[in-house]
Amino acid sequence: MIDVTKLHAGDIVYLDEVIYTARDAAHLRIAGLLENNADLPVNFKDSFIYYAGPTPTKPDGIVGSIGPTTSSRMDKFVSMMPKLGVKGMIGKGPRSESVKKACQEYKMVYLIVTGGAGALLSKRVVSCEEVAFNDLGCESIKKLEVKNFPAIVAYDTYGNDIFER
Amino acid sequence: MRTIRTIDIKNAVKQAIYEACHNLNSFTLGLLKKAKETEDKELSKEVICQILDNASLAKEEHIPMCQDTGIVTCFVKMGNEVTVDGDLVKAINEGVREAYNDFYLRKSVADPITRINTKDNTPAIVHVQTEVSDRFVIKIAPKGAGSENMSKLKMLNPIDGIKGIKEFVLNAVKEADGRPCPPIFLGIGIGGNFEECAFMAKEALLREEGSPNEEIAKLENEILEEVNKTGIGPMGLGGKTTCLGVFINTAPCHIASLPVAVNIQCHANRHVEVKL
Repeated sequence: MIDVTKLHAGDIVYLDEVIYTARDAAHLRIAGLLENNADLPVNFKDSFIYYAGPTPTKPDGIVGSIGPTTSSRMDKFVSMMPKLGVKGMIGKGPRSESVKKACQEYKMVYLIVTGGAGALLSKRVVSCEEVAFNDLGCESIKKLEVKNFPAIVAYDTYGNDIFER
Repeated sequence: MRTIRTIDIKNAVKQAIYEACHNLNSFTLGLLKKAKETEDKELSKEVICQILDNASLAKEEHIPMCQDTGIVTCFVKMGNEVTVDGDLVKAINEGVREAYNDFYLRKSVADPITRINTKDNTPAIVHVQTEVSDRFVIKIAPKGAGSENMSKLKMLNPIDGIKGIKEFVLNAVKEADGRPCPPIFLGIGIGGNFEECAFMAKEALLREEGSPNEEIAKLENEILEEVNKTGIGPMGLGGKTTCLGVFINTAPCHIASLPVAVNIQCHANRHVEVKL
């Protein structure tokens, strides 16, 4: 398990972690549940949220192609991330100031993985289980165990930003 | 008169989609290999290496290159000496349906309001153009939303000219930054009208060589150079590799208009041509 406070923007990390996939639709549902003080279907504590919706798993496979989707679409949900207790978020592309600030304030990191490298990333997933919102299909929440999953630290817990030019 | 069978169209579309989603085309592969040699920023080079490794894995192990296997656009060129023995659009959609089901591709098409998924990735977007020939050519381009969402259209004023066009394109690229999976390709439509310039921008992305028009080819090169000076780099990590190709199509427009559309394409640049 990775200590995110030891990470710095620009570091390459190889994750051995539990991560949960969630995209637009799943975030919207989680936000709704939190608003109504309802129970969450998943305990996200100390895990990572991965903005991804894989291709369907083949009958003999573990998971389909699973690269990142554009993170900035989920920026408006960043305030609920500390409530979920996640260590960080994984996706692609730059995000808003609010995400950078939240990472610093709540000791989270934003990691990026190579967009369009879904085949390569799928080989680093050792297990995949659909755990919530199954009706959302590729947008359901899937629990993944990853090994040697290559990511780059984009926003660290110190307010640094890899995209700053 | 030559008759094209709908079953052959369906099968051709299906195979072309498989090809587009699993095998990075040699044109794009060549450009990425070159970029790997010229990019000197370490993280950015790493990203290009991963993209190349991903392409090999996808091909060898039959895994889609990208999880976003896109919404399918089909450009059909149909000569006056050919006829189809049934419903062309239906045949294309049958091919899409079978490809996305049989090859385990992601179904990414939904109703725009209810967001209910159509569950088979149909309908495809089909453009049919006629010509005087006995040819029947389908170009298939499945495109993901990451890059499509960053595309833009603007009705410029005629006096804005080349300077205005460049400014608009550069701003679109800068605003998109690392989101559309750079290194990108740019398809640009200049002229026509509102929908024609958007169509030209998308169609230009099917090209693999510069414009035959010298002036336009020059503009393509200038924009490529300027985009690569932005320093956005692969996945927004900086460096000199932001764009791998710029393709411009033009058409005459109204004296009071200068429509410009820029269609941003990710590094997968998926397109396959089939002749029947």
